Amino acid sequence: MFIALRDLRFARGRFALMGAVVALVALLMVLLTGLATGLADDNVSAIADLPATHLAFSAESGVKFNQSTVTADQWQALRSVPGVADAAPVGNSLFNGHVYADHAQADKARTEVLANGKATSADTAGAPAVDLALFGVEPGSFVAPVQTAGERLAAGSDGVVVSDDLARKKGVKVGDVLVLDRVGLELPVVGITRKANFGHVPVVFAPLQVWQKATFGSTRAVATFVAVRADDAFVPATADQAQRLTTVTRTAAFDGSPGYKEETGTLVMIEGFLYVIAGMLVAAFFTVWTIQRTAEIGLLKALGARTGYVVRDAIGQAAIVLVGATALGLGLGLGLGAAMPGNAPFALKPVPVLGAGALLVVMGLLGSAVSIRRIAKIDPLIALTGGNAGAR
Amino acid sequence: MSQTGAAPILEAADVRKVYRTGTQEVEALRGISLAITPGEMVMVMGPSGNGKTTMLNCLSGLDDIDGGTVHVDGDDIHEMSDAARTTHRAERMGFIFQSFNLIPVFSAAENTELPLLVTGVKPKEARDRARAMLDRVGLGNRFDHRPTELSGGEQQRVAIARALVSHPAIVWADEPTGNLDSQTAEAVLALLHEVHDEGQTLVIVTHDRGIGATGTRLVEVRDGRITYDGSPHAADLGAR
Repeated sequence: MFIALRDLRFARGRFALMGAVVALVALLMVLLTGLATGLADDNVSAIADLPATHLAFSAESGVKFNQSTVTADQWQALRSVPGVADAAPVGNSLFNGHVYADHAQADKARTEVLANGKATSADTAGAPAVDLALFGVEPGSFVAPVQTAGERLAAGSDGVVVSDDLARKKGVKVGDVLVLDRVGLELPVVGITRKANFGHVPVVFAPLQVWQKATFGSTRAVATFVAVRADDAFVPATADQAQRLTTVTRTAAFDGSPGYKEETGTLVMIEGFLYVIAGMLVAAFFTVWTIQRTAEIGLLKALGARTGYVVRDAIGQAAIVLVGATALGLGLGLGLGAAMPGNAPFALKPVPVLGAGALLVVMGLLGSAVSIRRIAKIDPLIALTGGNAGAR
Repeated sequence: MSQTGAAPILEAADVRKVYRTGTQEVEALRGISLAITPGEMVMVMGPSGNGKTTMLNCLSGLDDIDGGTVHVDGDDIHEMSDAARTTHRAERMGFIFQSFNLIPVFSAAENTELPLLVTGVKPKEARDRARAMLDRVGLGNRFDHRPTELSGGEQQRVAIARALVSHPAIVWADEPTGNLDSQTAEAVLALLHEVHDEGQTLVIVTHDRGIGATGTRLVEVRDGRITYDGSPHAADLGAR
């Protein structure tokens, strides 16, 4: 590192410029990672947080939340499949609605919806409009939400437990009433649970029968999918064949959420390009740098420096620039992320951010490795044949 | 051919070197045989393009050979792996170049300690030895000066210090005064004689007949062959 450190000091302008580029890439990486995590959270956090190992959809629809319908026979049969500890139906539909603190106003709006298809603007005055994903679950089942405020879901009641997101962003509180547009269902808010989103909207957990009523107008014994808690003995293919289901792991089911695959695919592609661009930038910089140092490297070899010594020095130099610049970029990114508005789909988690930083350093080192081949080829004779180490 | 009767440090036998460019072959060395004993100051002379520098490169192990052998302290350096030969070069050879080849971002002390650091000598010891060697070549007050802050003669003195700092068996110098004015060249040559007087073995390639005459031995290379090897005083330098 003797030579590397002095070079860094001597050519600090050039290295600072290169470092700034890497830092900007790292910053962009943090923002993209935050956006990817935030969008994923916004899209499927309710599914990701389900305490289930597998989700079973109807065989006809495949893994599609907006198309699948499973029957009571299917989820009850699943409970007796070997390896399954528990299976619970979950209904899932997207709705719009308004939240009312005033129950009389809610009643009036509901009546209006049932009579004319929608509430008047006078009826909804002061009631925040909300987009929501209604999740129907059996109260007391293992997929029922754990409330952080208020009460839990109760069988035979229309009471709902809403995502903390609704409480924070729309000011919804226990005691308010949610009236679903078009359907005209009036759902009292009885509890708040931790943040749960699906399809970029907050989740409202309701008893399964309430969800059935909202979705079908009657309490048909169906749901969207079955959440399964199983151990290694569970063979999804066997159950699928017997019950005409498509069962996948919980994480594999994310792709069934509308737009999830496309969103994550786009972001992963952008991130991939950024990694490749970062690697190529570093490769170009260190290749030019090595060409500029050819005479010096030839001299070092003539004086007895082994190729391994010179290579270690060069890698050390690249590592210092990359780690320093990446740390700076990550720091800036974390600062910028903290300043993001609360309603932006942005979430920073340590593992993805540190992973992105590490991958950036690795890609940069791979890029710098291109110049190492060149270092290995430099002949010590260059020191004698007109090589002037001063010519930089 | 040994000139002093002592056991040679270096023995080259029938060394051949061919340069190939496409289909063309140029035989640069055509069977060089030479033995160098400790304490010699061998001057290598000859017309340009006749193989002097190639001989220096091949005998010092900087370049590969196409035939023959070069033994240093009994070891055939061209049978060694590249890495082993590099280490051997670091430990046993010192080099002085015509264009000094100092690293501009390093101070005089840093340039001088370089051969020690690349072979794993501890930084403190390397710095102490570099400073002692710079003192020895008369640059005790220039430790922290960069090459651009030194005159040509001073730069070559730093290069000489760098060549000597690892106590090499042989110092190879390729036209060490070629880039210096006559007064500075004289001073540098005087320094080389001083270190030779202290027992250092030197092989110096030069065009300068005056310098060639000051060695303990003269080797003349023409057309890739040694055409004279003996006392510089017996050679008719004026006719060569």
